Amino acid sequence: MYTDKVIEEFKNPSNLGKLENADARGEVGNVTCGDMLYVYIKVKNNKITDIKVETFGCVAAVATSSMLTKLVKGKTLEEAEKVTKEQIAKELGGLPPIKLHCSTLAVDGLKKAIENYRTKMQPS
Amino acid sequence: MKIYLDNGATTKVDNKVVEAMLPFFEEKYGNASSLHIFGQEAYKSLDGARKTIAAKLNAQSEEIIFTSGGSEANNLAIKGIINREDHIITVKTEHPSVLNTIKELEKQGVETTYLNVTKEGYIDFNELIASFKENTKLVSIMHANNEIGVIQDIRKVYNLCKKKKIIFHTDAVQSFGKAYISSEDADLISISAHKIHGPKGVGTLYVKKGIRLKPQIFGGDQEGKQRAGTENIPGIVGFAKATELITEKEIKQMESLRDYFINELLKIKDTKLNGPRERLCNNINISFKYIEGEAILTLLDFEGIAVSTGSACSSKSLEPSHVLKALNLNQKEIHGTIRFTISKFTTKEELDYSIDKIKMVVEKLRKISPLRGDKDVYR
Repeated sequence: MYTDKVIEEFKNPSNLGKLENADARGEVGNVTCGDMLYVYIKVKNNKITDIKVETFGCVAAVATSSMLTKLVKGKTLEEAEKVTKEQIAKELGGLPPIKLHCSTLAVDGLKKAIENYRTKMQPS
Repeated sequence: MKIYLDNGATTKVDNKVVEAMLPFFEEKYGNASSLHIFGQEAYKSLDGARKTIAAKLNAQSEEIIFTSGGSEANNLAIKGIINREDHIITVKTEHPSVLNTIKELEKQGVETTYLNVTKEGYIDFNELIASFKENTKLVSIMHANNEIGVIQDIRKVYNLCKKKKIIFHTDAVQSFGKAYISSEDADLISISAHKIHGPKGVGTLYVKKGIRLKPQIFGGDQEGKQRAGTENIPGIVGFAKATELITEKEIKQMESLRDYFINELLKIKDTKLNGPRERLCNNINISFKYIEGEAILTLLDFEGIAVSTGSACSSKSLEPSHVLKALNLNQKEIHGTIRFTISKFTTKEELDYSIDKIKMVVEKLRKISPLRGDKDVYR
């Protein structure tokens, strides 16, 4: 059902867990649907210097969370925003159609985190 | 290390069963309907196997109909009895082979009452009694549940049905060989070989004398003209052998391993046993809160441990198990649900190894979950 890449990413995920002293957090998903992500970012000079994700979900949710962090770490906020769910799925060698929503969740989580960061940085 | 804890799905075929089956492929391969010596030999073996299974159910040979398995037995029991003007009573937690058969009949106008269950999975007898109607023809209630191992008091159900002259069917696929069941417990009983270390593709429907079923497969006169098709002699012989091999001692052994396993798993923080303590001897169903079942299953699979889950994420429909939903578990409990089903071959060493790995996997997933107990999401 899953590609070897998905399984490999799930087996040895990168950047999962809580990021202490994060600059912003994005929360997506809900318990009812079975997937929930918290995306934490640290930003310096408009670049994502660190990112971690807390994931409640299935194999695909864990794998997409991990892949997302690899794709955006070190990128500027604008570059990171351009990462798509298709890109994540492609990097994982594809996802079962029913699991594509997991990659949407990862992308949305990051967008929320960036949005929250920008709101926070705005002079009040 | 490879540890199989999914015996509710299917079981390893016992060596002795394989041995008993082998001659029926290359030597005694006759058709039981043939008149020559090959046919007679096959017929004799078929007859012997029928007697063995009948005896185990305290029934008569003529009351045993061989089928291709539990699903066909359930289909035959229900479709063989029900007409479009009839009312059926069943339970929300039945196996899909019962629920989907009934759903199909509903399209033709059949009316159904789906009984609720308690938090532990038991039916409420008052609700059952209140559901009886003028046109109630059949009550179908499973003996032991495949997911949560709850055992219904089917003798009591049967007595209520008898008073109302309603036919009672029970799906005993999970319980046969693990909990006592006999012809005094129901009019129709479905059982299957591959759940008791027999081969796949063979089952039985016990049909009480005096009840005639509308055949669902038409053809020759086999199985009292109620189920056509050349008998699967190797499978049936294997089924009978597997039935003979059932022992009380092994049931006791599974019970004690089950209790040990449950107690050890409940020592893990934020876990919950689904279904009652007094349950099927081989069933353990645990919710691990704050983590998801498919992820648990896959990490255990990496460690060589085979289990199953009721989580939505593992199903093709993204719908969580209908059984767990019927228990009114909350969502965080349903998603992290794992079923472990042991067998007579399961050892304490295997369980100890599994417990260690389960602890490790649960810890690993909780570490990356946003839903640990101290978080705000559940308050």
